[in-house]
Amino acid sequence: MFAVFRDLIRYNIEFAIGVVLVTIVVLFALLSFFSPVDTSLIYLTIPDQPPSWQYWFGTNSRGQDMFWQLSTALRNSLTFGLIVALISRVISITVGLLAGYLGGWVDRALMFVNDIFVAVPIFPVLVLFYFVLRNNMDSLTLALIMACFGWPFDARLIRSVALGLKHREFTRHAVFAGMSTRKVLLEEHLPYVMPIVFATFMNNMLWSIGLEVTLAVLGFTNINNPTFGTVLYWANSHSAMVVGVWWWIVIPVILIVMTFLGLFLLAMSMNEYIDPRSRLRRMGA
Amino acid sequence: MHGYLLFAGKRALLMLAVIFFGVSLTFLVTHLSPINPVEAALGRMTARSVSNPEAIVAMRAALTELYGVEAPLWSQYLNFWGRLVRGDLGPSLMAFPTPAMTLVMRAMPWTVTLLTVATLITFVVGNILGGLAGYSQNNKFLKAFGIVAIAIQPVPYYIVAFILLIIFGFLWPILPISGGFAMNVTPGMNWPYISSVLQHAILPASSLVLVGFGGWFLGMRALVSNVVTEDYVTYAELAGVKKSTIVGGYVMRNALVPQLTALAMALGGVFSGTVITEQVFNYPGLGSLLIDAVNAGDYSLVLAVSTVSVTAVAIAIFIVDLLHPLLDPRIRAE
Amino acid sequence: MTQDLLKVDGLKAYYQMDYFGVTREVRAVDDITMTIRKNEVYGIAGESSSGKTSFIKVLAAAIRPPMRIVAGTVKYDFKNGPIDVATASEAQIEGIRWRHLSYIMQGSMSVLNPVRRIGKTFEDFAKRPLGLSGEAYRARILNHLERLKLPADVLRAYPHELSGGMRQRVTIGLATVCHPEFVIADEPTTALDVVVQKEVLGLIREIQQDMGSSVVFVTHDMSVHANMADRVGIIYAGRLVEEGPTRQMFFAPKHPYTAHLVASLPRIGDTTQRPALEGRPPSLANPPAGCRFHPRCPLAIDKCKTEVPPLETVGPDHRTACWRWRDVEPLVKPQAMQGVIA
Repeated sequence: MFAVFRDLIRYNIEFAIGVVLVTIVVLFALLSFFSPVDTSLIYLTIPDQPPSWQYWFGTNSRGQDMFWQLSTALRNSLTFGLIVALISRVISITVGLLAGYLGGWVDRALMFVNDIFVAVPIFPVLVLFYFVLRNNMDSLTLALIMACFGWPFDARLIRSVALGLKHREFTRHAVFAGMSTRKVLLEEHLPYVMPIVFATFMNNMLWSIGLEVTLAVLGFTNINNPTFGTVLYWANSHSAMVVGVWWWIVIPVILIVMTFLGLFLLAMSMNEYIDPRSRLRRMGA
Repeated sequence: MHGYLLFAGKRALLMLAVIFFGVSLTFLVTHLSPINPVEAALGRMTARSVSNPEAIVAMRAALTELYGVEAPLWSQYLNFWGRLVRGDLGPSLMAFPTPAMTLVMRAMPWTVTLLTVATLITFVVGNILGGLAGYSQNNKFLKAFGIVAIAIQPVPYYIVAFILLIIFGFLWPILPISGGFAMNVTPGMNWPYISSVLQHAILPASSLVLVGFGGWFLGMRALVSNVVTEDYVTYAELAGVKKSTIVGGYVMRNALVPQLTALAMALGGVFSGTVITEQVFNYPGLGSLLIDAVNAGDYSLVLAVSTVSVTAVAIAIFIVDLLHPLLDPRIRAE
Repeated sequence: MTQDLLKVDGLKAYYQMDYFGVTREVRAVDDITMTIRKNEVYGIAGESSSGKTSFIKVLAAAIRPPMRIVAGTVKYDFKNGPIDVATASEAQIEGIRWRHLSYIMQGSMSVLNPVRRIGKTFEDFAKRPLGLSGEAYRARILNHLERLKLPADVLRAYPHELSGGMRQRVTIGLATVCHPEFVIADEPTTALDVVVQKEVLGLIREIQQDMGSSVVFVTHDMSVHANMADRVGIIYAGRLVEEGPTRQMFFAPKHPYTAHLVASLPRIGDTTQRPALEGRPPSLANPPAGCRFHPRCPLAIDKCKTEVPPLETVGPDHRTACWRWRDVEPLVKPQAMQGVIA
């Protein structure tokens, strides 16, 4: 495992950049645990200070130190992404492995449901949930709802791998040895799909954080909980760009792009590593 | 022909299931909520500007009829379907008494045009460039394209639109950043109007193209770099078949089959992206309508936009699915 | 006097792979010298991963990275002039493809474009080299299909609509429609059932005689060689270890490996136990020194472990690379071979 990691860093530039970006972003997010200020309070400092030695990322019109504000926002956004990814992974692994292994009508039924979930446009649905729940819509509820929509693509992917595993020798041995379906799936098949789960994990985080940003910018989440989206929401509502508080917008946008690029590069290079065909090509070229 | 009909039938079934699921979901979300929709909506409306008591009475009547809050859930559900089939989801509250459906239908062409044009451009250009990049892997220009695609592709729709807004709204204001057309032109078949519409569409469309392009480019590049190792491509190369025929008729043609599946699967997401982009540029489509409706607490309009969106996306996916057998003869035979 | 059409001299072709910083070299073709005459069928035999496929890829001018030619020449003497495909430019090779040099690729399932009608594929492959159009082109194609006993409506079919045997006949048709002087066939019958196999082999032989072209034929199946080839060459671990007229090779092999291959042929009514060959074919990335067959050879002596045996002429047209060729005995009696070989 470590050797693979080392080789990837050394010979795959995308992976190396991804690791660097994600490390920076995660370290910055972890700093929030040492924040000297309560990031939910407002008017703690002089508003609208440009970046300086005292306020690295400046302060916003609400009198908050943007450095700590963004650090907390980053942590909240990443946590949100992790929760959605974890829950939706559980669903996609369950559906994918069951459909692939059991086959027949179970497979057809599960994939039918899968296709339905793929086809429903998520954004209007999320807006609808917010419209009904209003202030009861906290980030955990939102994470749960999004997890319910975030599994189908990856379930299909896992299914295709599980289909191949089903006919392998070791599966037959396990079945003859009297292993239950649950045991076969958990102990024999799960390890094989873990690399895909890992790569899709990051793609799923990208998707959920991106949607959260969008909803929050529109004010459709709990706007007092600092996330990437709510930071931009407040910046917009104070017309930060018009009044010249550019750092309130530019710095978060740069951080968002860094986060997304980092996670995407990791997911992409990992995919490439998993797919033996593109690996072969790399050898050939 | 028989195979094609069977295929189309299966996809139609899926489309109906999606519509059924989506509409039921919207119904359940709105009706299982603990909040009384009628009072909540009225409360929000009266808190705003509407204070004419007659209008409020009319609204209450309309809403009560729409939700039939006293009736049991299943009869409300059937009632909802009945209304939907008739295309009548009651009057909008924020533009009372205009029917919500009228507003939706007014916004629809903007969204459909924006989405179709942007998707066609991204799909065609992304696939052609991605295919060429996968075929000639040493081309510097295409390599650079790959890097740009990788850099933009993961960024959420909102952020890309937002960055464009900042660039063209504040730093280099050469393009209109808000609305569907300028205030001073009369809608109709006249050049000032058309050119204004086109100018206003540039930024929303480009932000959709920028985000969407990368996915198709990278997907096609990966597919093509696998297809070129297929025996039939090697064989055609050995036979000295013309390069352009190999690239077009052998490599890209085969890689396009999974890309079309991907297009059908991506439409839901692309629609969401369009909705978001519209809001950023204040474009008069479904997205802006939805967000205005949410902010105004307009229940019937929110319901109308959601159900119509789900249905429209399902139909669009069905249309893309119908193209599939034209590209892949193997589906026709099944 | 027969004329040579192809002269291979000292050919070395290696795979060089670079994977995450580690370079690996696989010597798939290591110093092969041979000639192929006009109007003959030459069979190449060998185990899988013996380098035989790499060798014919070089013959077919189908060298792709990571494989490259390290040394040697591959000279054809075609009607439109001599050409060395080891050094010729891409444009020069374009000039001989299909008109002069064609290739029947392994695996009829995957060599036809699944989304293109057969007729369109024929157009892609044959229209330009034939230089015909309209009625003349159509007549030529239909005439050719008839010879292959294929109905004219295969032209309207997609590959998945055809049976395995038909698909194989289509690929043979594609490779022979321009009447090439030299045809390379890579395992053309492997995936087919026995009846279809016989039919396809007969077809290749028939077309070869019609056109007067040379055919190089690769398969690990010795019984196919017995029926098809005029001469047979045996490749082991990237080297040509023996070649000779088919009858000689089957009745009086002069290399222990050939003797083993011949003996492994199944024969009706023969129940004698045959000695199995010990060990596995050597890795081409790290082949043994001396004669590459020595670790598995029952006749091996110390000299075999250090010195590479040269190809020696041991009879008319018959060459072998073995220090102890005089001691090689056929593992089966010549009588037992009757009926196997045509």
